[in-house]
Amino acid sequence: MTIRTELDQDAQKLTIAIHGRFDFSAHKDFRDSYEGLDARPHKYSIDMREAVYIDSSALGMLLLLRDHAGGDNADVEIVNCNADVKKILTISNFDQLFTIH
Amino acid sequence: MNAKTPGSGANRVLVADDNAVDRKLLATIVGRAGFEVIQAVDGNDAVEKFYAEKPDMVLLDALMPGKDGFAVAEEIKANSGDGFVPIIFLTSLTEATELARCVDAGGDDFLSKPYNRVILQAKLYALQRMRDVHQTVQTQRDEIAKHHMQLVADQEAAKAVFDNVASARNLEAPYIKYLLSPLALFNGDVMLAAQNPANNLYIMLGDFTGHGLAAAIGAMPLSDVFYGMTAKGFSLAEVVRECNRKLGSVLPSGYFCCAAALVVDFSRYTVEYWNGGLPSAYLRKLGNSELTPLASKHLPLGILPHDQFKDDTLIHEVSPGDRLFMATDGVIEARNSQGEYFGAERLESLVVNSPAESLFGSVRNGVYDFIGAHESDDDITMVEITVVAEEQLQAVNLQDSLDELGGPKDWKFSYELGPSSLKDFNPLPLLQQVLMGAPYLRVRASAIYTVLAELYSNALEHGVLGLRSELKSSAEGFAQYYQARAKALDQVSGSVRFEVEGSIQETQVELRIRVKDSGKGFDYESYLERARSSETTAGYHGRGVRLLWDLCETVEFRDPGNEVEVTMQWEHGYE
Repeated sequence: MTIRTELDQDAQKLTIAIHGRFDFSAHKDFRDSYEGLDARPHKYSIDMREAVYIDSSALGMLLLLRDHAGGDNADVEIVNCNADVKKILTISNFDQLFTIH
Repeated sequence: MNAKTPGSGANRVLVADDNAVDRKLLATIVGRAGFEVIQAVDGNDAVEKFYAEKPDMVLLDALMPGKDGFAVAEEIKANSGDGFVPIIFLTSLTEATELARCVDAGGDDFLSKPYNRVILQAKLYALQRMRDVHQTVQTQRDEIAKHHMQLVADQEAAKAVFDNVASARNLEAPYIKYLLSPLALFNGDVMLAAQNPANNLYIMLGDFTGHGLAAAIGAMPLSDVFYGMTAKGFSLAEVVRECNRKLGSVLPSGYFCCAAALVVDFSRYTVEYWNGGLPSAYLRKLGNSELTPLASKHLPLGILPHDQFKDDTLIHEVSPGDRLFMATDGVIEARNSQGEYFGAERLESLVVNSPAESLFGSVRNGVYDFIGAHESDDDITMVEITVVAEEQLQAVNLQDSLDELGGPKDWKFSYELGPSSLKDFNPLPLLQQVLMGAPYLRVRASAIYTVLAELYSNALEHGVLGLRSELKSSAEGFAQYYQARAKALDQVSGSVRFEVEGSIQETQVELRIRVKDSGKGFDYESYLERARSSETTAGYHGRGVRLLWDLCETVEFRDPGNEVEVTMQWEHGYE
């Protein structure tokens, strides 16, 4: 599992790309990816293109990011989900909290 | 001279040599290197001094009278326990096989005569460092072992608490089959079951994020709320709403509980459910080849704040013989040795195709056959409920001791709900609580609650909201009815008034309940006529009033049909 981040040029949007299994082992790296920033992006995008699996502790991490990004006012999208990942997000009804593509 | 290794406690060296000159020479070299020296004159003396002085290192002449160096080394190594006492053999032997024998006997190094002071010192320091490393590892190992023991003890305690809290105590009923594997339990699965005062069965299946302690922490408040509120007669929506509030306030951010809860009403033959984040539960109707999925429509418990939480539930009609199946994601995520998932399709096919009586066993065997010997993935929590006729329900034993006749002996109260209360307040738990303040009513708690619930839902739904119960006679109509109910409730105006009177004289108990609603009434004469003539309990028509007839001595409607009075009478102690 690896995590890569990319901040766009005017530091408005942070993209966090997940590779491999997104589970508890990603906990620290995932947090570090947005907590260590000097910038305060308005928008967050979680790129799941390379993610093969997501478990409930990863769902918890997404909630932590959402809190960090402003809770109900957060603008967090989860993009490029494969069918399995999408299914888990759907069962948990996370589309009520995140924009999911 | 080499620098002395710093920080070492390994300072005492036993020097064993039967040759006095050699021994003194050695003692001098070792002493100058900064060690304290203990001298032994032969093998037996060496063993004695080893036990008496507990040296940190040993220099052994290989060939000595009595016990030779090999025998001494074997004895020392055998009796050092976990400790590491380095041994250097001193020998004039030069044959490779002889030198190898020194190491075989337990020697850590050897030094050939004549002695070279610099090499001997270097070897002593090297072995001293080894001993230090060994000691550090040993200490850390002991600490880890201690922590591990503590951790295991904590987890065992957590598991014991969790077992008590999480594994349903009320699941021992013939119409419930369940499986909660130990690993699933440890992984944060919870199964709760209880009956409300009207003997409706409440079941909740939960799956906490996290394992062990983290999951056990959330299970406690969850089960407290679930058991407490169910026993008091709160509705499913009220129970899940409070579970969400409680978990939200207890669990740290990022922790939550995927849960599904349902209520089986065995007198009205309905199942009501709420699902937040668990895989679909299934309703399998008798003689129907299609499953009704009870899908997750909500976020898991503990995520949304109280004011954003959605407690809307869905209701299906059921009849005796119908089966409900629920499982946590452990079933669909069970994997076989190739890493394939069991998946929802396999599960659905088993639930719909297995013979009804062996549904549960077929699913369980199906999953276990699939995962094969892969037992570490045995993370299975599932439950099946068969809808049975009300008579087959096990009565909850609420019998109080006979001499408990305290409390109010004659009393009455009235209680009126206005439109804002009707919209979202459930008066039943409160009324039930007031009534149970009279201990002699407790033996009939279940019947009383059922009567109150029946009278209230009639007054509200047919009286105030003007809904027609005929709608409920078909499956589609049934769903429509509850949609219409929710819509009408949103803009409700009117009121419902309870007047309740209770008394006990000697052992004669009487309870009188009058309920009047603001509706315009209805043609109750012909309604009662139809209810009387309908023999079967399968119809939805008039089931409510038949229930009242069963439980009450008298049931009396008043013109124009917006007022009902019932009496319940019994002799205390002869229940």
